[in-house]
Amino acid sequence: MIDWTWVLGIAGLLLVVLLVGTWLSWTAQRLNRLHHRLEMARGSLDTQLLRRSGAAVELATSGALDPARSLLLVDTAHAARSVEDGDVEAVESDLSQALRAVFPDAEEVRELRASPETGPLVAELAGACRKVELARRFHNDVVTSTRALRSRRRVRWLHLEGRAAEPVTVDLDDAPPPALLED
Amino acid sequence: MRVGLVCPYSLDVPGGVQNHVKDLAEALLGLGHEVSVLAPSEHESGLPSYVVPAGGAVPVPFNGSVARLAFGPVAATRVRRWLKEGRFDVLHLHEPAAPSVSLLALWACDCPVVATFHSSNARSRAMSASKSILRPSLEKITARIAVSEYARSTLVQHMGGEPVIIPNGVYVDRFATAAVRDDWRGEGPTLAFVGRIDEPRKGLPLLLQAFPRIAERFPGTRLLVVGGGDEEAARRRVPGSLAQDVVFLGRVSDEEKASALRTADLYVAPNTGGESFGIVLIEAMAAGTPVLASDIPAFRRVLGEGEYGATFRNEDVDDLARAAISVLGDGEDRDARREAARVAVARYDWSSVAGRIVQVYETVVDTDRAGVR
Repeated sequence: MIDWTWVLGIAGLLLVVLLVGTWLSWTAQRLNRLHHRLEMARGSLDTQLLRRSGAAVELATSGALDPARSLLLVDTAHAARSVEDGDVEAVESDLSQALRAVFPDAEEVRELRASPETGPLVAELAGACRKVELARRFHNDVVTSTRALRSRRRVRWLHLEGRAAEPVTVDLDDAPPPALLED
Repeated sequence: MRVGLVCPYSLDVPGGVQNHVKDLAEALLGLGHEVSVLAPSEHESGLPSYVVPAGGAVPVPFNGSVARLAFGPVAATRVRRWLKEGRFDVLHLHEPAAPSVSLLALWACDCPVVATFHSSNARSRAMSASKSILRPSLEKITARIAVSEYARSTLVQHMGGEPVIIPNGVYVDRFATAAVRDDWRGEGPTLAFVGRIDEPRKGLPLLLQAFPRIAERFPGTRLLVVGGGDEEAARRRVPGSLAQDVVFLGRVSDEEKASALRTADLYVAPNTGGESFGIVLIEAMAAGTPVLASDIPAFRRVLGEGEYGATFRNEDVDDLARAAISVLGDGEDRDARREAARVAVARYDWSSVAGRIVQVYETVVDTDRAGVR
């Protein structure tokens, strides 16, 4: 004679274990996907930052600007390009500040845009400035979502995040020169 | 670039989000991108060639009003098939927190996702009560766009982060060159109102109350009312002697709406709230028509705090009548604002707005390539 209470009890327990397991593995998958997206977003931000400093160097060496401004741009852009794991945020903020100082005049930017030599360079720089702004926001958005999920109890207690480091937002001054945005 | 756009609301009925999606699709096609739009629709034919119907929509109460949405197994299958056949570089969803095809596409896709949030309801129950249902899906969004400062703060309040603001677009030329309909003009100045006439938030009752005072100061003033709803009830609010001066045009085509705005000497927006952006204000500005609007925050912002159009105290009939009379009487001030408005609308033109949206696409597609490398 089988004791059905026992059988049902064990079956119920197994079901609960299965459901909890599925739920946890689904959470781990979400976390994994977020960490992957985080890497891609960081890669995109780095690409856009490189494009921006590259465009700044090109414009500075094109001969279209006076030597003082060219020198300032080359100097800050070069510092931004050669920074080694140091303070990326500080040197990139410096570049943003230098760009705003170099292009204060909307009228002049319009002339640079109209010229066939400098036009494409200005357009490239303006596009890169906008995309740095976008890429940084998108990166920080993923950081926010990832941190929200990582702070859940089930994730902390079971170390579902594995060895992935706690993500941090990138905080830098990326405001483009207003004169460059007139397109 | 291959772009997939998803609109959650039925294309069979007009609406702000629907128009935005169609205009954006046309602007992107004009820039040489490949575009496919997935949207609920009853009809298989008669749609623009870039639209793929996602099946019939059901009217359901959602977020404080009745919306026509599509969900269920048929819609889910069509969404998956559309995604598979489209092989999109980027998927651009509109209002992904609405229980319709945008959310289904988000669930099923595995390409970079851009999402535009239109609504600015501070107590969006869809977003707060169901956060735990929505969060895993919304995590898949790579880039978030809000159409206005108000849509942005709603989004930040519920989900945090830093959404980008890119305003709604308008084809400025369509309004600037719309036909002027002399047959709609009266003896005196012409006013225009646009919006559902039986929705109190659109504010038609306020304008109808102020109308006799405006007509007293400027005899022969005519009011063009553009928008569907219960005309009989609205008519009863107008004194019999002025009945022939209030013309109900009903629901009209986009061309006729543009003509009404361009024909008018003053566009009045007496909306009492719930507006996130105020696209009609931009349309009136594009048509070169002076604007008078209630001083709700969204409108004040669009009007540059009074630089591009006049405002009156919200829900204040006396102030509405006073402001309308003052604008109609002072030609110099009006022309200065109209000229400032003409310049200001350029940034809302689709040529500029679509360019900014494409920059977002390029940023997220780069993100994806960076991952492959």
